[in-house]
Amino acid sequence: MAQSNNSIKKILTVAFALCIVCSVIVSTAAVALRPLQQLNQELDRKTNILNVANLYEPGMDVEAAFRDITPRVVNLETGQYSDQHDPQTWDGFEARRDPAASRTLSGARDPAGLSRVENYATVYLVGDPDDPEQIILPIRGQGLWGLMRGFLSVEGDGNTIVGITYYEHSETPGLGAEVNNPRWQAQWEGKQIFDEEGQLAPAIRVAKGSGSGDHEVDGLSGATLTSNGVTNMLQFWLSPEGFGEYLAKFRSAVDPGEAQDADVELEAEGA
Amino acid sequence: MSAATPKGVLTTPVFKNNPIALQVLGICSALAVTTSMSVSLVMTLAVIFVTAFANLFVSLIRHHIPSSIRIIVQMTIIASLVIVVDQILKAYAYEMSKQLSVFVGLIITNCIVMGRAEGFAMQNSPGMSFLDGIGNGLGYGFILMTVGFFRELFGAGSVFGFTVLETVQNGGWYVPNGLLLLPPSAFFIIGLIIWVLRSLNPEQIEENEFKMKHNTEPKEAV
Repeated sequence: MAQSNNSIKKILTVAFALCIVCSVIVSTAAVALRPLQQLNQELDRKTNILNVANLYEPGMDVEAAFRDITPRVVNLETGQYSDQHDPQTWDGFEARRDPAASRTLSGARDPAGLSRVENYATVYLVGDPDDPEQIILPIRGQGLWGLMRGFLSVEGDGNTIVGITYYEHSETPGLGAEVNNPRWQAQWEGKQIFDEEGQLAPAIRVAKGSGSGDHEVDGLSGATLTSNGVTNMLQFWLSPEGFGEYLAKFRSAVDPGEAQDADVELEAEGA
Repeated sequence: MSAATPKGVLTTPVFKNNPIALQVLGICSALAVTTSMSVSLVMTLAVIFVTAFANLFVSLIRHHIPSSIRIIVQMTIIASLVIVVDQILKAYAYEMSKQLSVFVGLIITNCIVMGRAEGFAMQNSPGMSFLDGIGNGLGYGFILMTVGFFRELFGAGSVFGFTVLETVQNGGWYVPNGLLLLPPSAFFIIGLIIWVLRSLNPEQIEENEFKMKHNTEPKEAV
């Protein structure tokens, strides 16, 4: 038997049969479980969005809660909604690689270390899409060890923060990874992004040590570089390079003098 | 090894012939996944599944495996099983698979799986091989859970995610030891476990393979 086992014919037969059997098993598993996996990914993303909006409770029906949330695609340059892309399928993160749908950043214009940023991004509106209770913005930027991706939720006034969460990061456990500590995240609630002077440059930042006032959050002890990363990515995404133009509309809509105009404008975009 | 009993193949790998503590295999994943006990547990189950079934299938077809391609045959079987495990985790334990990330895929390169397939399953009956796979998976898991227990308890103040020591970040008194959440700490803990196991079973202590000579005499160097 040992002899015949090593004949070329036997080797080829065994190798071929094994490959067929294994590939059938692997592909069956992959194909059969694909729908379930996609559902999980979808659910994970939605859970994160609900989480940042303070709407998530463990064990809730995520799909049902998500019916109140409308995704929209925003043109970052103009701050207008765009119907060019389907908000259900548009993936701004993937689009950053596409030269036609993104632009390069460098030097001072790139505090978050992104090097490329998409022209269109998906935002999630909680409640009435024309007058949302909350606006959920995707944010990302370099932390200490790598890219951090998360969501920032802002109230309908375009200025007050509801929450921040990170769903993908590689920060040091116990130090930088404390960005996902609920106690740290809770500090963000009610903080103001912009100061009273109405500048376009965001004033919100993570302080070194303990933060004070409406625009500062306590730093993460032992994780200065992660804290700086959070500040930098907020500085970028809330500036006119990011969602600044878009948020400015909500802020001016709050202003009683301009409320009328802004409503009309928003309706026109919603159409 | 020659007179293998079902009880023997199941229990020896846990203390007497532990794959991590005595054979020092599978260290890489033991460093990576032991920051929390629940992750260690899932990793243990995955490795038990893969080792047991890899052993079973290799043993089933051992009389037909040409010796010239036996390693690649074992590898193919192991790799297929690992992909299946990875897919199942992604479908049914998504949170867990996110935490384990690449380390499920890296079970393929875990020397324990390959070592048992080549060292045991190629010579023994399917039933025995299956039990041997479970035994070695348990041995791996025993170390993983022990390391995970210490790292999670002193690094994050919890056991299986339940808070035992209230940490300062959450308003308690315990200042967590950040080092324990980083990979090097697993080295120290595994080292201490090996020390303990060898003190209990002195026959595990190897003879020195070489002796250090005295430093070179000054006149020899000239």
